[in-house]
Amino acid sequence: MLYDIRLEITYGYANPAQASRSLLRMLPRSMPGQQLLSGSVDTDPAPSWRRDRPDFWGNPMTEVAHDMKHDRIRFLFSGRVNRTAPARSLDVSVPLRRLPAEVAGTFSIAPGAPHHFLGPSPRVPAEPEIAAFARDCVSGDVSTLDAIRAVAHRLYEEFDFDPTATEVTTKTITAFRNRRGVCQDISHVTIAALRALGIPAGYVSGFLRTTPPPGRPRLEGADAMHAWVMAWTGPETGWIQVDPTNDIDAGNDHVTVATGRDYSDVAPIRGALRSSGGHSTLHSVDMIPVGEAPGP
Amino acid sequence: MTEERGDLDIPDAVADLLKGYAPHKGVADELMRRDGTLREVWKPLMELLARQSPDALAARFASGDQYLHDTGVYFRQLQGQSSAERDWPLSHIPVMIDAKEWETLSEGIAQRADLLEKIMADLYGEGTLVKNRVLPADLVARNPEWLRPLVGTKPRSGHFLHFLAFEIGRSPDGSWFVLGDRTQAPSGAGFALENRMASGRVFKELYQDANVERLATFFRRFRDALHGLRGSEEEGRVGILTPGQHTDTYYEHAYIARYLGYMLLETGDLKVENDQLMVRTIKGPVPVSVLWRRLDSRFADPLELDESSALGTPGMVSAVRSGAIDMVNCLGSGVLEARALMAFMPRISQALTGERLKLPNIATWWCGQKAERAYVTQNLDRMLIGPALATKLPFDIEATTARGGKFREGARQSVNEWLEREGASLVGQEAVTLSTTPAMIDGHLVPRPMVVRVFAARTPEGWTVMPGGYARIGRTEDPTALGMQSGGSVADVWVVSDEEVKPETLAAETPGPFIRRQPGLLPARAADNLYWLGRYVERAESSVRLLRAYHKRLQHYGSDTLPLVETIAAHLSKIALNPGDPLPPGLLHHFALARDCAANVRDRFSTDGWNALSDLAATAQDLADQVHRGEDTVRAMSVLLRKLGGFSGLVHDNMFRFNGWRFLTMGRAVERADQIASLLAAFADPAGPPGGYELAVEVGDSVMTHRRRYSVESNRNTVIDLLALDPDNPRAILFQVEALHDEEQRLARDTRHVRRGMASRPILQLRTALEVATPEEITTQRLIGIRGEIAAISDAISTQYFS
Repeated sequence: MLYDIRLEITYGYANPAQASRSLLRMLPRSMPGQQLLSGSVDTDPAPSWRRDRPDFWGNPMTEVAHDMKHDRIRFLFSGRVNRTAPARSLDVSVPLRRLPAEVAGTFSIAPGAPHHFLGPSPRVPAEPEIAAFARDCVSGDVSTLDAIRAVAHRLYEEFDFDPTATEVTTKTITAFRNRRGVCQDISHVTIAALRALGIPAGYVSGFLRTTPPPGRPRLEGADAMHAWVMAWTGPETGWIQVDPTNDIDAGNDHVTVATGRDYSDVAPIRGALRSSGGHSTLHSVDMIPVGEAPGP
Repeated sequence: MTEERGDLDIPDAVADLLKGYAPHKGVADELMRRDGTLREVWKPLMELLARQSPDALAARFASGDQYLHDTGVYFRQLQGQSSAERDWPLSHIPVMIDAKEWETLSEGIAQRADLLEKIMADLYGEGTLVKNRVLPADLVARNPEWLRPLVGTKPRSGHFLHFLAFEIGRSPDGSWFVLGDRTQAPSGAGFALENRMASGRVFKELYQDANVERLATFFRRFRDALHGLRGSEEEGRVGILTPGQHTDTYYEHAYIARYLGYMLLETGDLKVENDQLMVRTIKGPVPVSVLWRRLDSRFADPLELDESSALGTPGMVSAVRSGAIDMVNCLGSGVLEARALMAFMPRISQALTGERLKLPNIATWWCGQKAERAYVTQNLDRMLIGPALATKLPFDIEATTARGGKFREGARQSVNEWLEREGASLVGQEAVTLSTTPAMIDGHLVPRPMVVRVFAARTPEGWTVMPGGYARIGRTEDPTALGMQSGGSVADVWVVSDEEVKPETLAAETPGPFIRRQPGLLPARAADNLYWLGRYVERAESSVRLLRAYHKRLQHYGSDTLPLVETIAAHLSKIALNPGDPLPPGLLHHFALARDCAANVRDRFSTDGWNALSDLAATAQDLADQVHRGEDTVRAMSVLLRKLGGFSGLVHDNMFRFNGWRFLTMGRAVERADQIASLLAAFADPAGPPGGYELAVEVGDSVMTHRRRYSVESNRNTVIDLLALDPDNPRAILFQVEALHDEEQRLARDTRHVRRGMASRPILQLRTALEVATPEEITTQRLIGIRGEIAAISDAISTQYFS
């Protein structure tokens, strides 16, 4: 699938900022099954300084500084991505009980190594309650992939998608206890549950196609940046991606922007500005298959 | 007082001194050999001690304590959520170590430091230690101090590590071993200097004659090395980065900054412009190229590291990665402190260098491995079991530490189960026995466990090791009570040579003609604090004067008879001083704020000035609990005024006229001008109650002058002339505006600031207006206008110099 994608995030400040510095992860990474054909990240006003470099995980990252008085910054990505998700194949993932040995047998701290994704991370601390829930989701001698899908499915069933229930700073355990939240919360809870089962799990930020193909329902999370989960299934089968918010495997409708341990590794904008007073955010996404007219 | 008992037989006296000194079986003792004989290196000290009468010894100890007290050495003791400053707990008897032994130890330290550098380079580079199965991936990937944004960093100087400390102990067989590697931001080197200053006073003649190796040599080499990293001063300055005054070792940061002549910086002083790290100074931003970091890495940059950190400088990681700055030590160096790494050090040494460790570390087993876990389980009774990635010493026992197979705080579960379930996050460490060293307790020498902290600094010629300086001594025989937080004490360590040691100070002789050194740059934050210190002290003073005047009248007339008393009460309430309290909390708050400002610039403040200010704040607090309204309060206010006068005297007679002093003075001038304008607006209003003019003159401390000049009667014009327009009365608005103008002119000339003129223009306007004004023109309305202009001047000073 070819997509034209446009992401726009605007920060407005109640009191003008004297200077700001931001870290942007808005450019979709290229990886097997996904290529960025063209596109760029820009800001308005133009930055006084900028540098593009990949982060530790290999996500494209842009550092920008605005050393000028401003009361608003618009961050923009627009570009074209070719997405060719592999067809769903037979489950040859490692049995769950053998997974710890497979992890231990991987001698690497390179970005894709499973070890990064097992311990607690800034937004996903170890939570005994979620661990108990996770153990309750799986029974018997299952494959790792089955375990991942079982956890995702159960959370999909129990969670109410509710944009009013949480904020970007809501703790994972709070969302879990209320069983309410948005894709970020559901993904964090899924990650916590998978890690508790010994399955290395991480966070994917990205886009979901805005209008569904004819005859299919519109998916949740399409009008803003979306989030889902990646999990490690063994040395041969590697990483797979599931979308617990929609209870599906991530496929041709999903375009990855960045991957990491949790939201703190992949936030589209991490910024620190010198300004007092509040700020407001506007956030919009369009992901249109090339050749189709934009939706209403 | 007899200093010495000259008629004494020395060997007998020494024997007498050591009569009760009994080292434990199976423990090495620093002072005595196994057979109970005295080690050579201790003999001169023991002979000196034996010659002292109890009084003479007490006097010696007191001279050391007095030194520490006078210089204001303290540490912060944490008590739950809060903390308090405590005196430095010096154990007066230094630890004596023979220079030859120290040399061997130093070789081991240097080898270990080199190895740590190689490990650091590998963990932030190729990752071969994990790839080659020398080090488990989990211990790196789960280590919160392994900072992924730093992976791939090539340090500007080629080295990650520049300043390290090692906690070492001596085992029963007499050999040394490492208990912990301090690689993050080791503290204590400055305290070692202070230990030395104190112990050098306590045993003055011995210190001079006994060939004790000097600490200054070490600091000179390290300073030269930092200058080497920096390059020329135009390329950038050297700064010391501190988390600030609330950290437990802030005293030391300020002390080292002063000792070495570096700027003491907080992250708020710094900003990253493009890739360059800049310090905000009163002259505008100036580049910094070397930062001696005393702040833990993960707080250093909220953009790329801990996003919740309020202490960080956005872009710091970027500046390090781009090679714009050398950090001592590089961000991420805390990864080397994890206990579990100790278990792999011998293998890592073989893998990276092919060498055996000259200096072993405490035996450690990572329980993520089956065989090691089994070993720990079988030897629980001689193990300390705790978190694998903790960075504390094995003896810093926490709730989650098991010792000898038992938890400290009751049995949460069986230790065996714990090991089985959470093995990968645990280590076992041998519950070693530390050597003992003499401490003088209640007039007797007793053996107490000790660890020595050894400091090493990188120089172009390799690692240089500080000869002694810092040991921690247990409060009791229990080695777990070594920490100062649990009541342990600190002792100097003397490395004693057979050969003559040249005294050395930090100041190197410079050939050539004398050059007057210019005072260093003043960071904007320091200037800001000094300015507000001036303002708060002055605000406190005018509050005290007003309160005194109020209570005088209260005492004479009672509270409800005189309209003036009510007017004062209303005015006091308006400025947040509750007239019902003898010493209102609002006043104590001014003192506390003044003290906070001074605490933020301890490196630039004289000890006398600091002590005077602390005394003021403490006195005010004490008085608040004791005095009653009326006469009692009048007396209390007079006490405070005298002490305030003492502080001002110190500041204005003794302080060097560096730019910081100018800010202090400007703060005072701005505040005083504003307070007088406020006073006149409230009490010199023609519609005000009778007695207002006299009150204004009294609070304005100008009674004598007024009487002399206007003996006939006071009226509004005489009061306004004296307190607003008189250029010779230090209590007049014009006088203060002129002072402000003069100081600001000197500053502006000196700083050649880009935003020049911003502050001087409104000051000059107000000065000129006051110079040509007549008393009739200074109406209450105009006074309110003047206060507005003063506020605008203060804002302009802030914008020009502090932002």
